[in-house]
Amino acid sequence: MPYDYKPFPYVAPPGLTAPEPRHKVVVVGAGPVGLCIALDLATRGVPSVLLDDNDRVATGSRAICWSRRSLQIFARLGILDKVLDKASPWSVGRICRGDDEICHFDLEAGGSDRLPPFVNLQQYYVEQFLYERALAEPLVDLRVRNRVLAVEPSDAGADVTVRTPDGQYGLSADYVLACDGARSTIRSMLDLDFEGELFEERFLIADVEMEADFPSERWFWFEPEFHDGGSALMHRQADNLYRIDLPLGPHADASEERKPDRVIPRIEQIVGPDFELDWVSIYSFQCRRLGRFVHGRVIFLGDSAHVVPPFGSRGGNSGIEDADNLGWKLAAVLEGRAPDRLLDSYDRERVQAADENIAQSSRAARFIAPAPGPERLFRDQVLALAEKAEFARDWVNTGRLSTPCIYALSAPDDAHLPPESRPGAIAPDAPQGNGWLLDRLGRDATLLALNCKAPQGLDLPVIEPRLTDKLRARYLGAAPRALYLVRPDQVVAARWVEAGAREVSAALRDLWEGRP
Amino acid sequence: MKLIETPNLEDHDGFYAELLAAHRGLSDSESHALNAQLVLILANHIGDRQVLTEALALAKRR
Repeated sequence: MPYDYKPFPYVAPPGLTAPEPRHKVVVVGAGPVGLCIALDLATRGVPSVLLDDNDRVATGSRAICWSRRSLQIFARLGILDKVLDKASPWSVGRICRGDDEICHFDLEAGGSDRLPPFVNLQQYYVEQFLYERALAEPLVDLRVRNRVLAVEPSDAGADVTVRTPDGQYGLSADYVLACDGARSTIRSMLDLDFEGELFEERFLIADVEMEADFPSERWFWFEPEFHDGGSALMHRQADNLYRIDLPLGPHADASEERKPDRVIPRIEQIVGPDFELDWVSIYSFQCRRLGRFVHGRVIFLGDSAHVVPPFGSRGGNSGIEDADNLGWKLAAVLEGRAPDRLLDSYDRERVQAADENIAQSSRAARFIAPAPGPERLFRDQVLALAEKAEFARDWVNTGRLSTPCIYALSAPDDAHLPPESRPGAIAPDAPQGNGWLLDRLGRDATLLALNCKAPQGLDLPVIEPRLTDKLRARYLGAAPRALYLVRPDQVVAARWVEAGAREVSAALRDLWEGRP
Repeated sequence: MKLIETPNLEDHDGFYAELLAAHRGLSDSESHALNAQLVLILANHIGDRQVLTEALALAKRR
């Protein structure tokens, strides 16, 4: 059954008849990133107006691989159960050369967690679930068929001109969040350009519906027998839908190649004749970003700020992580709890993440679609070696899958404590009573006191969790006890084996000031 | 500097002969392929990123 793209209700906005009061936040673009930041702000008590020029979810599967970190964020925003109910979880990737498997990997190999490392779900479902949450959330003023025509930033905010089916109106806001995608109109309005690398290689992606029994795994082929373009990638999604990515070579004619009479024979060679073509798109590899993501009172998130090729699932997931990083900071600045410069840390941290994603993605692009000459030579020889030597299997790069960036923080740390929970990393999850530790983090800055009492006289919530083996392994290692200061986005801000109230207070102050 | 630039291999003449023998009868592209695999195998065996960076620098030096 093809997805039913139902329109969401358009309501004439109040600004058409009378000037609206000044808003705290206007979010432009109700894709996954815009919806997440509006919902995140709402959980922190900050209202926003969320504008989108369309009135339905995005067409085609688009972002399909959602990482464990994105699922943790979905949990906090209240859509995790719906996502897990519909999605196809996976942890195994198989890599073939021709028809033969040369190696496989299992992302769950380090021990299972509460959530799978990845689930596949078409972007339109994620958007639908977020839309439904947003429509039920009084602090999110979602306005469909509201197209932004102009943004004029000033020192104290920005004025936004909006067109609706009933005419134009104006909005003013303290902050405008540009979540309007890779072809961001706000980016053009502000005359900002992407910096980085464009690859010539073009890729075809197709959603194919079929009654098949392919396992829920990521399948990648180098030099497949069924396609002469060099590689192929297949993922299982929800509703018997499969996603297939095929390179077309640099000289392909995109408008020709996307026609069904060109696409269908290619797909037939992979899966046989019994399928329905649901959606086709063509993209080129890009590894580019804005120089800065924060431009005064206009802040860029997601694809409007950075774009990478899709093989590491780093597009959609990094956009969700952008929203997660910005929400608590913007809320604290708007409440007067933190100085404006806390927002500089959004820029610094998410630029670091984007650079990591760009570096990983351009390495993968060079492996998947190598240029003739040495790039091709070494790629082919890694594949040849992988069939006879174990070490080379790790070198086979079909895209290194998205993991959260570990932010560069020079915060208090203790080398006796395990590296996985070091400052800058997401606090590792662990079972706690009937629930999970992460569910108790993520509202406010919180102190975790492990196998000890928190110092007296601190003004922040304290959790003294019951010590389990998993918690000990992830947070203590060989140390007898520890204190962890965790940010509202569940990132470890600082940690100590021994500390008094003064050290913790100083680290808490640094946290709210966004010091690296 | 961690890379050994002083003599370190016994019977280097023997190894050199073995290397040439391995390439004997190969086309240029087969020869390139063999060399590429050797680089990858030896890099993994050395297992020290700094040594590899210094080796690349030495090879590029004119």
